[in-house]
Amino acid sequence: MVSVCFYFQLHQPYRLRNYQVFEIGNSNHYYDNEKNLGILNKIKNKCYTPTNKLILDLIYKTNGELKVSYSITGILLEQLSNNAPEVIQSFQDLAKTGCVEFLSETYHHTLAYLYSKKEFKKQIFMHKKLIRKLFHKNPRVFRNTELIYNNEIASYIESLGYKGILAEGADHILQWRSPNFVYKPVNCNNIKLLLKNYRLSDDIAFRFSSKSWLEYPLTAPKFAQWINAINGNGNIVNLFMDYETFGEHQWADTGIFNFLEHLPSEILKNPHNNFITPSKAIRQYNAVSDLDIHSIISWADIERDLSAWLGNDMQKFALSKLYALEKQVKKTKDRAILEDWRKLQASDLFYYMCTKWFNDGDVHKYFNPYNSPHEAFIAFMNILEDLNLRTKTKKEVIVI
Amino acid sequence: MFGWEFPPLNSGGLGTACYGLTKALSSKGVKITFVLPKSQESIKVDFMKILIANNISNVDLKFIDSLLSPYISYEEYDKDLSKLKEELKDTFNTNPEHLIYGNNLFKEVIRYTKEAEKIAVQEDYDIIHCHDWMTFGAGIKAKRISRLSGKVKPLILHVHATEFDRTGGNPNQIIYEIEKFGMESADHIITVSNYTKNLISYKYGISKEKISVVYNGLEANEISLNETFNLKKHYKIVLYLGRITLQKGPDWFLKVAKKVSDKNDDIKFVIAGNGDMFPRIVEESAYLGIANSVFFTNFLRGIDIDRAYEMADLYVMPSVSEPFGITALEALNKKTPIIVSKQSGVAEVINNCYKIDFWDTWKIADSIIEILHNEDLHKRLSENGYEEVKKLTWDTAADSCLEVYNKFIINGGIHNG
Repeated sequence: MVSVCFYFQLHQPYRLRNYQVFEIGNSNHYYDNEKNLGILNKIKNKCYTPTNKLILDLIYKTNGELKVSYSITGILLEQLSNNAPEVIQSFQDLAKTGCVEFLSETYHHTLAYLYSKKEFKKQIFMHKKLIRKLFHKNPRVFRNTELIYNNEIASYIESLGYKGILAEGADHILQWRSPNFVYKPVNCNNIKLLLKNYRLSDDIAFRFSSKSWLEYPLTAPKFAQWINAINGNGNIVNLFMDYETFGEHQWADTGIFNFLEHLPSEILKNPHNNFITPSKAIRQYNAVSDLDIHSIISWADIERDLSAWLGNDMQKFALSKLYALEKQVKKTKDRAILEDWRKLQASDLFYYMCTKWFNDGDVHKYFNPYNSPHEAFIAFMNILEDLNLRTKTKKEVIVI
Repeated sequence: MFGWEFPPLNSGGLGTACYGLTKALSSKGVKITFVLPKSQESIKVDFMKILIANNISNVDLKFIDSLLSPYISYEEYDKDLSKLKEELKDTFNTNPEHLIYGNNLFKEVIRYTKEAEKIAVQEDYDIIHCHDWMTFGAGIKAKRISRLSGKVKPLILHVHATEFDRTGGNPNQIIYEIEKFGMESADHIITVSNYTKNLISYKYGISKEKISVVYNGLEANEISLNETFNLKKHYKIVLYLGRITLQKGPDWFLKVAKKVSDKNDDIKFVIAGNGDMFPRIVEESAYLGIANSVFFTNFLRGIDIDRAYEMADLYVMPSVSEPFGITALEALNKKTPIIVSKQSGVAEVINNCYKIDFWDTWKIADSIIEILHNEDLHKRLSENGYEEVKKLTWDTAADSCLEVYNKFIINGGIHNG
């Protein structure tokens, strides 16, 4: 038996304006509203709307055989609620089918675990509350921002009552092992680990339209063949990817929607295959062994580590100064200050400061709204100083 | 006049100086044909023409299509050119090999020289006045052409910066030789300070008698923005404004900022400008752990420059080698006191300021703290410095320039020059 487990990530940060030194102390206008709304609309039209419709159709077409899971950040749900409520509605329609699971994560797509467990926990709780409110579901499986994971994170998530957690099936961790089984984090008893099959996931997410790829063009029957081949040496194939794969990273004219449309029926042609949600996978399959992951891994870049967000001095400095404000921010009990502080935690803002291969015009540059990582850093630090001053003037007001 | 840049296309003080001097000379009845390289941005060129037409009479601008900009290095030119080639290939599907632009910086300078020669043939002039090395060749050609007309016209080189200043003492040999040849061929040399006069005499072996000092001036600008910066309710601001490049000492400024920030949390630093060292300086501020005390503005233009001076409580110019340093005057004009490096021309004309070696970071740091924590001292430096700067006008500079001109024009040109 091979169960295909889809998990799609959905997230959009609040990108920052090119906030100038002159504005510090004078303006709270931090976000590039125009750009954020523009990108949201673009992705809504190219991806969210058509893909949701297709997934819903496929669930009906397969009589509920197709199962998928979503992890949607709080700040994206916020932006959708404010600007595109019809997308929220379409997710609610999907939720009603019973074939869709919603995962738990930090509300603001943050790296909080690395800096403040208190804030990390709070954000998970905020997110959970929103998922319950919107979809009437209680998430039981956790995925950390960018699949950042190690033993310690697993233990912490277990202590919060979760039954499952997701991670990258990184080669240097797995070595001879296969990602196509359920594992148990070492030193944990009540939580299981699902690992991304990055080869098959990336065949869809990254290589689908790559003409230099030997397997181009990728068709649904071909991909189903690869799934079939796992029968006998694996239980589960975890296909984890950004939802934007459908229509945004891979544009409609690459045939990605056509591929997705035919994939479930092709996979289900083999009676030994099925689709599964993460929760069900955890109930159904026993862990084949403990997995000891001491160093932190993620799903980013070739390194599969933290270097995309913590690879240079600018990133380290910005993050440490941001979290150093935690007490000061929380003391103000000011909703607006707290909310801005949380929005500044989105991991993307640090990703924009990444200097790895910046000259190569690679994927980092594609997603960077700034001309350079240094500009991203400068805007961030200016805004952070403004926030710092707000917490101080707020305090003065209370004293008076 | 052969120049490199003019506002608003300038990236540094040279453009400001050319503008100020040209304007003052023209008001004294001097007719000027100003020859400039022109980049791709034609909209800005139009703006420049309007600016000149509205503010200066007697000036005729002539443009040569070129990538030249005064602060470009050999390597940067190469990079710019390949970028341009790519763009042309992408946009117009033209073969970049047929481009009119020279394949390296020197070929481009030679091309500029040839184009300038064509203009020189058509124009009538009494004096050839060149601003900095890229135009020296053009000046020499113009002089040769004048010889054909029977009267050799005097060639005057105006040195705003030498290769030694730009490179912190590691000159490119070819540029050095172009400069040296130009200086030797010139009838007279104008420098913007004694500092540069001495440097030229020492490094290029030119007789001091052939060199006159004409200090830069400042265009009086009494307009005050009176903007409220709430940042200033919490901190004192120290400003660096200039290209982020070795010559200007941004790395020394950062070392000073570190020393001050370690002991004072009421003083913040602003680094305004862009340049080849920009990314390195930004990263270093994070590495030193002072990126929350040092703010960057990137390149500023127009009114934002005034905002920066007005926001600042103190202006620091830690240049490693600064022929003049107009920014220091601009700061004083906004009543912002200044600390300038001893290795600068401006130190010769302003007394109400601190003059410190650029490398003496302890002394600069201590002086910053002293000035910012002593209101009387701050006020004195600000007000007296302002009075001093008011006296430094382009009008005076133009008079000195005319004096030099007149020495050569009396005979109606020099013979057999």
